[in-house]
Amino acid sequence: MINFLILPILIPLITGVLLIFANKSIMLQRWIAGLSAFMTVVVAAMLVQKVKNDGVQTLNLSNWDAPFGITLVSDMLSALLVLTTSVVAFACIIYSFKGIGEEREKFHYYAAFNFLIVGVNGAFTTGDIFNLFVFFEVMLMSSYVLILLGGTKIQLRESIKYILVNVISSALFVISIAYLYSVVGTLNMAHISVRLSELSGISQPGIVTIIGVLFLIVFGLKGAIFPLYFWLPGSYYAPPVPVMAIFGALLTKVGVYSIIRTYSLFFFEEAGYIQQLLIVLAILTIVGGLIGAIAYWDVKKIVIYNIIVAVGLILFGIATMNQDALTGSVFYLIHDMIIKAALFLLVGLMAAIAGTSNLRSMGGMIKRYPGLGWTFFLAALALAGIPPLSGFVGKLLIVQGGFASEHYWGAAIVLMSSLFVLISIMKIFINGIWGKPRAFENEERVPYKKLLIAPVILVILSVCYGVGADFVYPYISQAAETLTNTNIYIDAVLKE
Amino acid sequence: MKTSDLILQTATKLILFLIVLFSVYIFFAGHYTPGGGFVGGLLTSGAILLLLLAFDMKTVQTILPFNYLYMVALGLLFAIGTGAGALLFNTPFLTHAFGDIHVPVLGELHLHTATLFDLGVYLVVVGVTMSIIQTIGGDE
Repeated sequence: MINFLILPILIPLITGVLLIFANKSIMLQRWIAGLSAFMTVVVAAMLVQKVKNDGVQTLNLSNWDAPFGITLVSDMLSALLVLTTSVVAFACIIYSFKGIGEEREKFHYYAAFNFLIVGVNGAFTTGDIFNLFVFFEVMLMSSYVLILLGGTKIQLRESIKYILVNVISSALFVISIAYLYSVVGTLNMAHISVRLSELSGISQPGIVTIIGVLFLIVFGLKGAIFPLYFWLPGSYYAPPVPVMAIFGALLTKVGVYSIIRTYSLFFFEEAGYIQQLLIVLAILTIVGGLIGAIAYWDVKKIVIYNIIVAVGLILFGIATMNQDALTGSVFYLIHDMIIKAALFLLVGLMAAIAGTSNLRSMGGMIKRYPGLGWTFFLAALALAGIPPLSGFVGKLLIVQGGFASEHYWGAAIVLMSSLFVLISIMKIFINGIWGKPRAFENEERVPYKKLLIAPVILVILSVCYGVGADFVYPYISQAAETLTNTNIYIDAVLKE
Repeated sequence: MKTSDLILQTATKLILFLIVLFSVYIFFAGHYTPGGGFVGGLLTSGAILLLLLAFDMKTVQTILPFNYLYMVALGLLFAIGTGAGALLFNTPFLTHAFGDIHVPVLGELHLHTATLFDLGVYLVVVGVTMSIIQTIGGDE
């Protein structure tokens, strides 16, 4: 079936629409949302296998040939990210059954959730720069709904900031596309790449570099890199836990993916300047995130700042532009999506039990909640990159690539960052889970066992991902190969 | 002081049908001349808005007993369905079909499935606009 690669977008889309009709019955909504999320996971896994066997998959929508219509492209990178997105979404939906509260479920929570997944999967799959913008908007609109749904005071305040920042960055996105379009005269990503490589050498590379920096600002705002992450800690703090998890796991990663895609496809010819800029920004992002992660005594804030650290790490791998580091970045990107979702869910569960997210008023949870304690311990070790677990391979390859490209300082900071990440996350473990047991007010009302299912699934997956690195490595290296050798992508789209 | 909206209401009753007719015309003309689902939908909701201005919300709700949120979902279903219909024939998503079809009363018609997609757009636009207006105007 030639339409296979659209199914991960189509299934959540249809589900979202059906859920609008089903808004009367909460049980029906849960069943529909859960089943379709599971189906998306299955379809995405089949897609990954298909890309593995048959190479890059493309689909020209409406049967118009490549540069003229909209093309959807699934190379290994996007297929893997779609699979990871579907898995994370499935876990967050399961958590939402008990974790989000009926008040929100009544008001189209699951519909907005599904439209968010449509946006994310679409942004990963599309091969057209303006279509990427549209999917960004689909994703952002749904995220506006999710961040606001419930209407508590903090949500209202933070959603204003969040929407303001994103409206401005979307406007910048349109302006950058307009500049790019006036230079190359096409919107298809593969075709832009061809046109740009024809341009370089003959005439002004200056304008192309400027457009490159503009795109960096746009995607930096979406993906939270150094001077542009100011909106993230506040905005991600506001929504309820499953929403926070899906935001932390997916939204910034779409920005990171866009940086990977545009820099490997469009701007690799003018690498010099942009590459230097990207490396400096990536390192500053790591440092900025670390400072935040160490500074706070609030469990949610600590994990939120760890998102920024991870974004910096992945970008550093991208910016060094060699095979090892790129493979490492892709490896780390997928690991980070899974583990961040798991950590947010665990931390949210701790906060729900304690009735507050302040670390100083938690303690001794391992006595009464051993499952929670040990799951968190595993997740924390995986986050820091302790060898058999999933964070290790990615970080190792990034450091290796950094040294090979002689970015010694950067690689050293990446190594150091692991230590500080470990400190920040162990702070939660030592103060929140160890120590003298306390009685918490809320614990009777929290359906602890049912809420633990989703993070346990994610942590098991993450452990398997780390232990079975040999098994996943061929997939990852295939993903990195399309990034270094863009001709694979271009030939698949333009059928030359 | 009691006010009477007699002139406004009578004029509305006349003008309403003109606007609705014009919006339907704009909707169907979209393929060959400027127009289409979006403007058509906006014009229709403009007509309903005029009705809302001349009468009150309750009256309009009894005249047009629609759940506008369902209308949005229905429009989306139309649009997705037209696209997904291509899946049945194993052609790429959103591939449209067209042809001359004999309709009993109207005779030979040149029909295109893009119109169904546009109908989806039309319903979504009417639904969204009316939902916004009703929600904001609703609680006083």
